Amino acid sequence: MSFPWAEHYTPKNPVMKWVDERLPLPRLVYNAVGAGYPVPRNLNYFWNFGVLAGVALTIQLVTGIILAMHYAANAGIAFDSVEHIMRDVNSGWLMRYAHANGASFFFIVVYLHIFRGLFYGSYKAPREMVWLLGIVIFLLMMATAFLGYVLPWGQMSFWGAQVITGLFAAIPVVGEPIQTWLLGGFAPGNASLNRFFSLHYLLPFVLAGVIILHIWALHIPGSSNPTGVEVKGPQDTVPFHPYYTAKDGFGLGIFLIIFALVLFFAPNSMGHPDNYIAANPMSTPAHIVPEWYFWPFYAILRAFTMDLTIPFTGIVIIEAKLLGVMAMFASILLLFFLSWIDTSPVRSGKYRPLFKKFFVLLVIDVLILGYCGGAPAEEPFVMISQLAAAYYFAHFLIILPIIASIERPDPLPGSITEAVLAKSTHTHDDAASPASAAAAAE
Amino acid sequence: MVRFLGGLVGLFFAGMLLLSFIWGAVSYVSDPPAATAEQEFHKHPIQVAWSFNGPFGKYDKAQLQRGFQVYSEVCSACHSLHQVTFRSLADLGYNEAEIKAIAKARQVPAIDPNTGEATTAPGAPADKFPLVYPNDVAARAANNSAIPPDLSLMAKARHDGSNYIHSILVGYQDQPAELLRKFPDAKTGEGLHYNPYFANLNLAMAPPLSAEGQVTYAEGQPKPTVDQMAQDVSAFLTWAAEPKMETRKSTGLGVLIFLLFGTVLAYMAYQNIWSTKEH
Repeated sequence: MSFPWAEHYTPKNPVMKWVDERLPLPRLVYNAVGAGYPVPRNLNYFWNFGVLAGVALTIQLVTGIILAMHYAANAGIAFDSVEHIMRDVNSGWLMRYAHANGASFFFIVVYLHIFRGLFYGSYKAPREMVWLLGIVIFLLMMATAFLGYVLPWGQMSFWGAQVITGLFAAIPVVGEPIQTWLLGGFAPGNASLNRFFSLHYLLPFVLAGVIILHIWALHIPGSSNPTGVEVKGPQDTVPFHPYYTAKDGFGLGIFLIIFALVLFFAPNSMGHPDNYIAANPMSTPAHIVPEWYFWPFYAILRAFTMDLTIPFTGIVIIEAKLLGVMAMFASILLLFFLSWIDTSPVRSGKYRPLFKKFFVLLVIDVLILGYCGGAPAEEPFVMISQLAAAYYFAHFLIILPIIASIERPDPLPGSITEAVLAKSTHTHDDAASPASAAAAAE
Repeated sequence: MVRFLGGLVGLFFAGMLLLSFIWGAVSYVSDPPAATAEQEFHKHPIQVAWSFNGPFGKYDKAQLQRGFQVYSEVCSACHSLHQVTFRSLADLGYNEAEIKAIAKARQVPAIDPNTGEATTAPGAPADKFPLVYPNDVAARAANNSAIPPDLSLMAKARHDGSNYIHSILVGYQDQPAELLRKFPDAKTGEGLHYNPYFANLNLAMAPPLSAEGQVTYAEGQPKPTVDQMAQDVSAFLTWAAEPKMETRKSTGLGVLIFLLFGTVLAYMAYQNIWSTKEH
């Protein structure tokens, strides 16, 4: 890795000097997350979530590797082996609850991280590659989470595997052979469980690899910041260590407190009770729903209820189910093109009055989609998700380019330092005025 | 070009969705979905003030023992508990000799040491509660073609499980006249029992707890009313599903205190380091 604007590393300790001359690992750490990485001084708390996502992945890796020591990937005993972990393995309940809830928390921080990027325009030049790799990470996370949810071999595991692999069955002609090939049979079974376990163990390491690329790509232009104005000089930055290590340390504490509250006091609140029933191919659950982090996409999938036909002939061009599958994949894949769709030269949403309003709408829209995705496929939820999904596509593919061409952005600050100093004089004024008013009253 | 193609894709998906919405809305208005008996008569579980509620809640051992007694004398005729080992009954306050006696009173699968044939033998503390039926076919045959589910995880396998089990046990009643008037087709079928706490209102299980004193509690314990027995066995099944709950909560308390302390220190370090830097 070479970081064009990193500070030069001069080892103070002779041991470090010796190591650095032979393997420049100390230099790498110094330049990546040490005092050698200059970072804008005005990052707010939304910039904590990248580090938190890294911590969440680490929690998943550590607990997952321990769980794999006790778990048996065999359709006959998988469910019982999870109960064995919960009851008989020392602290097994802790590992298993930490892993199950850890997945949810990984998604929580990653969703916040993504929406941070969406608002502050982190996907814009010169950080397109960081954003693209981020989407790859998100896709890998979704695949890994889905595979992992199948492993306990409960009812939702089994039927979730059936439904998700069934998405491929919607593809004309080759669809059903593809589903059979993915599952290793005509329905989820031992072959599916074994390969899902193998891939669930593999993908997190692929994920870790892509994360390294993501951070590498970030270090070429350096971190973005809430003003979206590029760094103009050393007065605009502070060294990552100790400034942001300290701030991330505090953010990590808050994250772990919330994680611990759920993990120790409501560990089943984010799961589905049906997954405590062993998989039964003969009995379909009343409502098959994925884990909450897939709900917005599940709502888009189910929102398509009408075949695409040639009007007045009744000839079906694309069936509703395939449309839903296409839309669901499109809803994520469109993010790959975001850097070229939103052409506004202003990065930060802070200085984009019109964009800001639509961004709020998007957040509400995704929350509505999430709610509908978790609800049973009945009215009025289907109709609501149709409107919400229509807005989702319209927002990214139609509204964003229009905003970019018609919006008149607010004036940008001249530099990061200027913005910081303007803010602090402003707050000083605010603090001073009630005091002076009180003094005047006396 | 990207924006043009993207716009077309966006128009296509949004257009299809709006058409689907209009189509759905028209049929929703012209032909509104009929109400079902389940929607109108299904009830949420009664909320019980369990001893194990809340972050400091603990199991009441005397209650768990009474619940175990109800399970053994009533439920275990049909329902297994096959994730639970006899030795784990120590959580309920039984000593080693008592656990040995409980295990010994139950026959578990074994192999005859002389002939090698499958047989049964008295249980040992390390064994799990044996299955009631050798397989699902036998379970169906003995129960009017319904399978009595294993109860090890029942308290976690239903929404609001502890309250749900209690409500099911006390919820049996005659079908309301109003229901029959509104939904004549929803009459409880032969061999089924009406229970508004059950998802589809009709349950194959006959009321298992029907009379006060069905189980004789030891001296000094509460009166074994149907409600008391139902609460006790629900508490026992909650323990069976989540035997590590007390360890989990007390560990959590320690972890939280540690994290709060650490986070305060981290906040102070953060403020200290940034004190000279406007940001």
